[in-house]
Order: sequence, then C-alpha cells, then structure tokens
Amino acid sequence: MNKSILFGALTVAGLAAGAAAAGTLDDVKARGKLNCGVTTGLVGFAAPDANGKWNGFDVSLCRAVAAAVLGDENAVEFVPTTGKTRFTALASGEIDMLARNTTWTFSRDVDLKFTFVGVNYYDGQGFLVPKDLGVSSAKDLDGATVCIQTGTTTELNLSDYFRVNNISYEPVPIETNAEGQQQFLAGACDVYTTDASGLAATRATFENPDDYVLLPEIISKEPLGPLVRHGDDEWGDVVRWTLYALVSAEELGVTSANLSEMTAGTNNPEINRLLGTEGTLGDMLGLDAGWAKAAIAVGGNYGEIFAKNIGEETPIGLARGLNAQWTEGGLLYSPPFR
Amino acid sequence: MSTLTDPQKESFRLSMLLYDSRYRSATIQVVALIGFIILVGWLIYNTSQNLAALGKGIDFGYLVEPAGYDINQRLLEYSSRDTHFRAAIIGLLNTLVVALLGCITATVLGVVIGVLRLSNNWLVSRIMAVYVETFRNIPVLLWIVLAMAIMIETLPSPKAFRGDNATASMMLNDSVAITNRGVYVPEPLFSRGLGDIHLFGNSSIRFDISLDLIAILIVLAASIWAVNRVKHRADKIQDSTGDRPATWYLQLGLIVVPVGILLAILGFHFGYPELKGFNFKGGTHFRNSLIALWLALSLYTAAFIAEIVRAGIMAISKGQTEAAEALGLRSGKIMSLVVLPQALRVIIPPLISNYLNLTKNSSLAIAVGYMDITGTLGGITMNQTGRELESILLMMLVYLSISLSISAVMNWYNESVKLEER
Ligand SMILES: N[C@@H](CCC(=O)N[C@@H](CS)C(=O)NCC(=O)O)C(=O)O
Repeated sequence: MNKSILFGALTVAGLAAGAAAAGTLDDVKARGKLNCGVTTGLVGFAAPDANGKWNGFDVSLCRAVAAAVLGDENAVEFVPTTGKTRFTALASGEIDMLARNTTWTFSRDVDLKFTFVGVNYYDGQGFLVPKDLGVSSAKDLDGATVCIQTGTTTELNLSDYFRVNNISYEPVPIETNAEGQQQFLAGACDVYTTDASGLAATRATFENPDDYVLLPEIISKEPLGPLVRHGDDEWGDVVRWTLYALVSAEELGVTSANLSEMTAGTNNPEINRLLGTEGTLGDMLGLDAGWAKAAIAVGGNYGEIFAKNIGEETPIGLARGLNAQWTEGGLLYSPPFR
Repeated sequence: MSTLTDPQKESFRLSMLLYDSRYRSATIQVVALIGFIILVGWLIYNTSQNLAALGKGIDFGYLVEPAGYDINQRLLEYSSRDTHFRAAIIGLLNTLVVALLGCITATVLGVVIGVLRLSNNWLVSRIMAVYVETFRNIPVLLWIVLAMAIMIETLPSPKAFRGDNATASMMLNDSVAITNRGVYVPEPLFSRGLGDIHLFGNSSIRFDISLDLIAILIVLAASIWAVNRVKHRADKIQDSTGDRPATWYLQLGLIVVPVGILLAILGFHFGYPELKGFNFKGGTHFRNSLIALWLALSLYTAAFIAEIVRAGIMAISKGQTEAAEALGLRSGKIMSLVVLPQALRVIIPPLISNYLNLTKNSSLAIAVGYMDITGTLGGITMNQTGRELESILLMMLVYLSISLSISAVMNWYNESVKLEER
C-alpha cells in the first residue's frame, strides 16, 4: 500500500493496483467497511440528503453489498467520483466497487480491465432542452451549444451522432452534473445531454421541471451497472450475486414486507436457497448464510428500490420500461440461484 | 606511479571518508547519488511490475487512433475523426494562446500597477496595494472559477438577443455581442484573398498558412526597413547640421500607405457576428472559458509582477532620479528613460519565473472546461483510452519544453538589457 501512496504523489495513480488486485473480499472484511464509488451527486441515483446520509438507486446497491458482506448497511464509505476520476479510483484500489451510472463498454471491460458484474439500469443517451427553445427533435439542433460531461461515453456518442447526421454543434465540456446544471439553467448551453435517466433525475431538481422537455431521440445503448477490477473473481461474484439477489427477489416475490415470513421457510426451494435456509450458497461466496436476506432487508428487492428512488411515484418518474422483469417484457433476467 | 600513490595508501583509513574534511563532501555526494539511483530504479521497477500486473504495457500507439471527441476552440482544423495526437496539438495551441495572452496582459497591468503603487498620490497607491494583496493572497483557481461564474450568471444568453422584445442588444454599432457563452467580435476577411498553402497533406500535423498574412508581413517588413532608412538619414542630418528634420509624417505614411493599398487590393473587410439559430455566427468567438481563464490568470499574475516592478524601481538609487530632475526631465520621462531601463535588470529574472508560473497555472483550465493540453491529452484522451502513464509523461514533456523555451527566450532578452560594465 505504501507503493500506491508514492504513485499517488506522482499523479500516476492506478498503477499500483497490482498490490490491491487480489483478496478484495478479505480486505473489506478486515477493514469492516466497503469503499463504494458513487457520483458527486445525482438525486435519485446517488446523493447525500440533508443529514449527509447517502441515498439513491446506486447507493442502495452499495448498501446491499455492505449488508451482505459485513451485515451492516451503514458500513459503507461513499467516495464521490466524477466521470473522469472514477476509473482511476477503482483501478488504484481506492474504492472496492463502482456504482456510478457507468456504461458497460467493450474497451472499459477489455482495455481498462474492469469487470462489469451486471446491469442495474438499461439506459440510453437523451437530450434535455428548455421548452421555449422550440425544438422537437434532436435533428433540429444544428448549431446548438451542448453541455456534456467529459470522460463519458456521452461525449463520444454525441460527436458520432452529430457527424453522422451532418449537423454541427458547440460542445461545452463540464466535470460534474452540478456544473452542467448550472450552465444549462443559465442558458450558457442550449442542450444538456447524458443518460436519459440522469436527465430525468436532473430535471426533477429544477425549480420548474415542466419548462424542460426530453427530446424523443435516444441515440445510444447505455447499460449501466456496477463494476470491479479485473482479476478478483471472488469479489466480482459477491457484487454480481448481490445484484442478482435483489433482482431474483423481485421475480420470486420476496419483498421487505414478507422477508422475515419467507425466511421461516417456504415450499419454493429457490427462495429457500436465496434466503439461506437451504443449501450453502452463502458459504460458497465466503459469506454468511443470511447474506442475501441482509441485502434485501436494506431497501427491499430491485423493484422496491427502483420505485422508492426513481420510480413513477417519485419526482423523477421513470417507468420500468426495459428495466422490468423478463416476465413482464423487460430485460431483467437473473440466472437461477442453484 | 607507485612512488606517487604509495604514501597516500599507507595513510588512508576508511574512517577518513567520514571524518576527513578532504573526503567528506565527496562521500556524501556519492552516497546521495547511489541513494537517488536506487530510488529511481525502484520507481521504474515498481511501475513496470504494477503495469505488468495490470496487463498494461507502455504503448504510445493510442496516439494514432481516432480521438472520437470534439473540441470547441480549435486554431487548426480538427474533427472527431482526427487522431488523439492531433487533439493533443489542438490542446497545446490552446495552452499557448492563453499563456501568451495572459503573459502580455499580466505584464502591462503589472507594470502599470507597480508604478502606480509608488505614486505620491495616497489614494492611488493605497488602491494599488489593496489590489496586489487581494489578488496574490487568494488562490488563482478561485479567481478562475469566480470569473467564469460571473460571466455565466450575469451576462445575457444569446436567446435574450432574439425577437422583438429582446432584453439584450449588441454593442458598438451591432458589431460586438457580449453573451454568457463568450464575446463575439468582428473578424477580418478578404474578398479577393490569395488563399492558403496546405502543409503536411493529411497527416496529424497538417496546417494551413494564409498567403494574405504572409503578404501583409512582407509589406510591413519592407515599410519598417524604409522607416529605418528615413531615421538613419535624419540622424545624419542631425549630426552634421544639429537640426533634426521632422520625419514623423513620412514614417507614418511609409507604414500605413503600403499596407493600406495591399489591404484594398485583397478586398479587406470585416465579418460581423450575427444571431443565427441558436448562436451568433460569423465574427471571432472568444469563449467564456478562454476569457475567464485569461482574465483570472492575468489579474492574479499582475499582482506578482507589480511587486517585482516596484522592487525593481526602488532598487534604483534616488540619486538617479534627482540627477534626471536636475537635467530638467519631467517625471514621466524620468520613469521611462532613466529608471525603468535600469530597473529592467532587476525585474527580468523574477519576471521569467512569473511567466512560467502563469503558463503552468493555465493547466487549471480544466476548472472551466477550457480545452488546453490538460483538457485534451491529459483529460479526455487519457480518460477514454486509460493510458494514464503515457499521457502524463507526454504532458510533463510538453510543459517542460514550453517552460524551457520561455526561459531561453527571456534569458536571451535579459542578456541584451544587462548593464554592460565598462
Ligand atoms: N453512462 C455514461 C455517463 C455517466 C455520467 O457521467 N452520468 C452523469 C449524469 S447521468 C452523472 O452520473 N453525473 C453525476 C456526477 O456528476 O457526479 C458513462 O458511463 O460514461
């Protein structure tokens, strides 16, 4: 670990990861705390509330992992990262996992060497404009000034989309969502573009959300999910199956309301295996038998977490869409707990 | 040979390396050197080990891949299909632009403020003191962010210029638009221009040279040569007759008339910015990020330069001023003819380090999204390719080269203004 301090000083962070690559699960247990990388603040996905307690869709996943591994949903150190700093933070071992609206791409997986353990939100890139701009399609945006976060897939998609459609634009690069919001509201850019979910979440915090519209075009696939470093499959498995535990729980009808009742035993063996009353799944992961139960107990199953943080009842108001269970016509599909 | 070394060998003991002052400093240097080499070796070894563990070798091949991102301020033509290398060059030029603009503005401001701070007018000198203390005691990053925030929040957006009940309007006869996206000013255009020369074909270092610009520079050079001839002749006449003929109208004419004629031939005119669609089109666009960075860096560095100028002036003995007064020079002339030229010797060395500071501080551009080399190579490129080590090494090399070049030029200038001892 001394090595990584030295390299940090040289601003060549991320190179000492070799030291931290193996045994993340043991590290987390020994530390008694999970270091989870999140956004710098995107209400609904990850943002601290008035008391400084982090809340949101991505935050819930961090808490579920902490509960599964350490039995304590509050044993999490939330590390805010920008689009640019997130990968260095993960590679250098500063964080154990990243849950930050991060798109699973080939090069991030293969070249940057991160393992995306799954997808917790199927998304796509959209455009947010003020209503009085009088624009109804992204194709009408010729010559517009567009705010984009740097270090994201967003800026690459944007450049391709405008070039392919033969229209021009003026990019305004920004570091964080908060900066983008400031520039957009002040009219320093005409358009704000990022993942559609992020736009909905950002718009929900505006004073007059109704003065802004999302354009119909979704110009990319953005499968957002949690990721860990390559080369530590045990730890990858822990995060992956915690996510699937939440997804399976919804599919199997396990909710925070009936969790303790179900733990008493059901006649569905998969539920029993998931909740640890049958078989040794927890043991195989190197966790307690009640790991998944602890994870679900934090904020309920996937559907409950969705509904509470970003669902249609919230100001963000996202429909399940692609993120419904496969049985409901969505893409959520957990491999079996067996 | 043996006769020479033998007696020394006898008297030499190992402990003398430490206790004998003849050897001690050499010992310390050797030990320090070995330590340093071990440290560097360890760093290199550790880096390569860790890179290998990550499965990432050092490889600069990414520089020739398409960058895939757009850059708003580009002095050379660039599209997202160009390479990362070209993106780095665009960024480098942006760094140089803001550094150059910043150094010039900071110097002008710094000299004025430094001189005024010595003014006999109590109010003026106090105001200048307040200026210096405020600017140099607050981190420049805050000034940059503040300048940007003020521009974005207080200036009208292009939307405000539109429609019948526009709340904002252009200035100076509709030729300048000040918006929160930057300032648009008229741009020089040539209707019968000579075109450009394209250099380096389609490669990443391709660029165009404007023939119009070259023509103008040639004519200007010729004019300046002619003006020098005129001055020379005037000197001669003054030497022989004691009277200097008035030549200012001739000099002015020699400069203005040929260039004027050339501009007329080339069809020189201004292109005015005009609100079209979402933004102003035409004219030259100084983006808010450039202005914020330029202003903040200049105002901040000017405070330091003002102090250097003040110190330089105070280093010139009062006798010089008094002697000049005795000769009947007015105070403005005393400053510009007697004091400042001598003060320059004291001023220039610390001035160099301020220029270097300004250039290095320009990497704070990232805070306002100005796409300098830290924003392109050290920002988006590094981030999208994950080539941290390579990008950082290249950036260090770039900043080192810029700094050494500035030092070289300024040292050369320093040589030329140095007091020649006779
Ligand atoms: N999914 C894209 C974009 C991710 C991104 O930057 N999203 C924004 C808006 S949805 C965000 O999370 N911002 C929060 C912050 O600035 O910290 C990627 O992975 O590159």
